[in-house]
Amino acid sequence: MNSRRQLFTGLAALAATIVIFVLPFLFIFLTAAKTKQDASLLTFTLPQQWQLWQNFMDVVSARDYMLLLAYFNSTVITVAAVALLVLFGAMVGYVLQRRPSRWNTLIFACVMIGLMVPPAVVPTIWVLQWLDLFKTRTGMVLIQIAYGLAFAVLLFRSFIATIPRDLDEAAIIDGAKPWQIFFRVILPLLKPVTVTVIVVQSIAIFNDFTNPLYYLPGRENVTVQLTLYNFQSQFGTEFNLLFMNILLVTIPPLIVFIFFNRQIVAGMTAGAVKG
Amino acid sequence: MSRTKSPYPYWFILPAAVIFTVLFLVPTLASFWFSLTRWDLFSVEFIGIENYRQFFREPFLIQGLFNTVIYAVTTSAAKTVLGLLLAVLLTSGLWGQGFLRTVMFFPVLVSTIGVGITFTVLMHPTRGIINVALAAIGIHGPGWLTDPTLALYSVVLVDVWKGIGLATVIYIAGLASISPEYYEAARIDGATRTQLFFRVTVPLVKPATVTVVTLSLIGGLRSFDLIWAMTRGGPGFSSDVLASVIYKQYQAGFYGLSTAGNVILFALIAVIILPLTLWFNRKEVEL
Repeated sequence: MNSRRQLFTGLAALAATIVIFVLPFLFIFLTAAKTKQDASLLTFTLPQQWQLWQNFMDVVSARDYMLLLAYFNSTVITVAAVALLVLFGAMVGYVLQRRPSRWNTLIFACVMIGLMVPPAVVPTIWVLQWLDLFKTRTGMVLIQIAYGLAFAVLLFRSFIATIPRDLDEAAIIDGAKPWQIFFRVILPLLKPVTVTVIVVQSIAIFNDFTNPLYYLPGRENVTVQLTLYNFQSQFGTEFNLLFMNILLVTIPPLIVFIFFNRQIVAGMTAGAVKG
Repeated sequence: MSRTKSPYPYWFILPAAVIFTVLFLVPTLASFWFSLTRWDLFSVEFIGIENYRQFFREPFLIQGLFNTVIYAVTTSAAKTVLGLLLAVLLTSGLWGQGFLRTVMFFPVLVSTIGVGITFTVLMHPTRGIINVALAAIGIHGPGWLTDPTLALYSVVLVDVWKGIGLATVIYIAGLASISPEYYEAARIDGATRTQLFFRVTVPLVKPATVTVVTLSLIGGLRSFDLIWAMTRGGPGFSSDVLASVIYKQYQAGFYGLSTAGNVILFALIAVIILPLTLWFNRKEVEL
């Protein structure tokens, strides 16, 4: 009786979820496979003629292979920024957790500022110009580090709290230098939280639109999200190619999601439980 | 007395501190000064609080301010309420609940611009699927993004669609940390399901609520990409928010005004989030 009711509610929820959450993605896929005329009708139908591959080639080769350049730029920026975020974030989290001092209040204040305060856009451009880093990938990487640090530091600090100090002390007695303790003893133990930071930040940086829009203008610097934006304004009528582009930017997070679902959820729900 | 060197040297903090200071703290501090100037590509001129006065004089800038608050409050309220209800539903042993959680969470990870463009097409006033489907059951669908009174709320709907999965998983983690003994005790005392929800679940899931409300309020107040992808702040200025005003003024070359918008956004976030955080921390759960 009760289980029948549960099955019924389950099926109803399933149907609603599919309509609300799955159909939009199916629409993206179907439109990406249509011809130009077919796609411009905006209907939710099977393509009259499937041309997934041709649309794919058209999008990739559009505007002198801009999408390939964008993938290259986005990948370089994401990998560099995430690698340094993990390293610098873990180092701060480590000292913050292990060495109580009056500096900690200041560091915590900075973490809160980093989480809350909206970046001051034009003054940041002013600083970047002064450093000769405006419109450069290096500048973009440093910006992403600056904006992601607060999150990384918080996660690392709370994870490091679970690693017993006995390990540090044993290493000290063995005569290890501070950087050896950190790199040889602590960092390898941070693997679970490191995976979480890598996955969550990679998706955030790869999907970032606003910051490249401001800090990385210029054709040769284009990132994946900006190709989508440019496509929307320049090829507003070629919906098949526009949606093929959307499909292509959706696939990397999908792959990451399939493999790292657990770590993503762990990272994004940190703090939901008292502690 | 010479102290032995700490095994936790401060220079570990240095790389992060330098990057954060130069690219976050310095611009933030500089923004207070630049917001008091007429600043363009060529010159900076001190003009006092003129930018702020302009901000509170121009109707479309004031509307941007109001829209920001409306946007943040409605998205945050919807995510909190729906997120909790969905989390309760998806932990009740429902058939297929693992699949549902996964499907609902996926939009969180998808490009906001991609989602925005997709829904702009789905919300097309005549040919979009949403209105076509409504017409099939005899409802004349509205111009979701073309009606100035509706555009902002249509974007709110999409924002909730995209973010509800995150609110739900945060609540699921919160629910999992509640000891089942509370429910058993309440049931022995004869509590109904409604009472269980309001007297046990809601108070005990408070840490999750704090997280959801704070995250979605901050996110909502700063929101830019979805609005920009869907309406560009239009029709007219009807769906402009502070973040889109900041971008428009920057594009137009009014750097001082744009920076004043930034400072106002900062102040708005502080005015809303700080009291809320204090209130959340003070009100302890009583059992």
